[in-house]
Amino acid sequence: MMYMALIYAKEGYQGEYDGDMMADYGKFTQDAIAAGVFSAGDALHPVSTASSVSVRDGKATITDGPFAETKEQLGGYYLLDCKDLDEAMSWAAKIPTAKYGQIEVRPVMVFDT
Amino acid sequence: MSQATLARIFREDSGRVLATLIAQLRDFDLAEEALQDAITEALRVWPKTGVPDNGAAWLLTVARRRAIDRIRRSSVRNSELTQATLLQLAEDSDQSEADFTIPDERLRLIFTCCHPALSPEAQVALTLRTLCGLTAREIARALLTTETTMNQRLTRAKAKIRDAGIAYKVPEQTDIIVRLESVLSVIYLIYNESYSAYEGESLTRTDLANEAIRLAKILRHLLPLPEVSGLLALITLHNARREARYDCVGDMITLEDQDRNLWDANAIADGKKLLLHTLAARRPGPYQIQAAISALHSESPSWEKTDWLQITGLYTALESLTPSPVVSLNKAVAMANSGSLPQALEIVQTLAVDLSNYQPFYAARADLLTRSGQLANAREDYRRAIDLSKNAAEKAFLHGKLDDLG
Repeated sequence: MMYMALIYAKEGYQGEYDGDMMADYGKFTQDAIAAGVFSAGDALHPVSTASSVSVRDGKATITDGPFAETKEQLGGYYLLDCKDLDEAMSWAAKIPTAKYGQIEVRPVMVFDT
Repeated sequence: MSQATLARIFREDSGRVLATLIAQLRDFDLAEEALQDAITEALRVWPKTGVPDNGAAWLLTVARRRAIDRIRRSSVRNSELTQATLLQLAEDSDQSEADFTIPDERLRLIFTCCHPALSPEAQVALTLRTLCGLTAREIARALLTTETTMNQRLTRAKAKIRDAGIAYKVPEQTDIIVRLESVLSVIYLIYNESYSAYEGESLTRTDLANEAIRLAKILRHLLPLPEVSGLLALITLHNARREARYDCVGDMITLEDQDRNLWDANAIADGKKLLLHTLAARRPGPYQIQAAISALHSESPSWEKTDWLQITGLYTALESLTPSPVVSLNKAVAMANSGSLPQALEIVQTLAVDLSNYQPFYAARADLLTRSGQLANAREDYRRAIDLSKNAAEKAFLHGKLDDLG
């Protein structure tokens, strides 16, 4: 099954991370690739670069900022191919940001063709 | 053969049969429907033929056949998975019901129902529905909610198991202790719900308490770890006091004021024996410690003669394993009763922020303040406790305490 691990944390709190975050992310990604669970993954620019758009009555309105003002922001994601939720959660727990933020895991919907 | 006898047989067997059906069908809803079909069939046939020697195997065989029928009729029958399931089921159905024993898959079922990715309410509901074989209506009654809400809760939980890929399995050895925590807490929650379950309807306090004890026994049989026995000992000891816990109008009586002659001496003996045996393994845990506290209360002829010093020590141990302000409050009360009133008050004062909306905190502090002669503060705490209490009998009890202060 495909799972999306959404990485949430308060921005600017990377300093609370005990260790070399870049190196640890590199290692996590390599481990996930080696185990055959890695499908995709990216980091996002900070929420200050976010723009939102909505269309009402055919008219697009563009605004500055994220969809919702929350304390914790989406900072990146992994797409993981795991056999079940337990496996997905154990990988998600290894994502470095889990140590000071929160990883939300969602199954990816599969449409019958 | 009465309907009640049949209902009891179904209740006893259904958890085990359902656990096996889910393992084979990989589908909670289909398994439940197939089992229901089999029970309907049994209700028709058994009164004429008598209950078969192996009733559970009979139910499983019939349920499997009905599941095959249902899969064949449904629109998804051509999917690969369905074909594989059908093949497997057809093979299994070739055995006659007399010559096989049902593998006990209930451990897989209980770990799936109590998966921490489900909400605690959903865990409780699913466990009562699948392992105990209670209907949504009965569960709703017992947990003081509506049948509609309960059905929604069950449906959502089953959908999450399916869509989020919660596996039907016993956790890996490395995870089992952590995952066991949520299983034990579900059983303990079910027991605690028995305190507030609705009286006078089909499902009473006693029923829920019995289901919790039955679950703990099943779990201990399948997974004999010290904390599982600790939980069974704890609820056995608590349950021994059930006759003394309510007055004639059904209001709760606190441990302090219970008539100890009403305690069930046999149940206390059972609980203590189990606990001593478990403690011998020297792998203590929160449930074993709480059971030990309960056992000390059970041994004491009165509230005053209780071994408060040892209880204080046990709460200190519990505090170090599972720190929480409520545990600290209980420790402080035990300390006060063992003669260390000033130290107890000191601890209680440090908990004021964390427990600022917790009724028992004010009731306990009021009592300690009264005993140390600070009556004005005690009155204030009793008033606050009365405000926070949602229970008429409890309010009346606290009013009585307040009036005693003059």
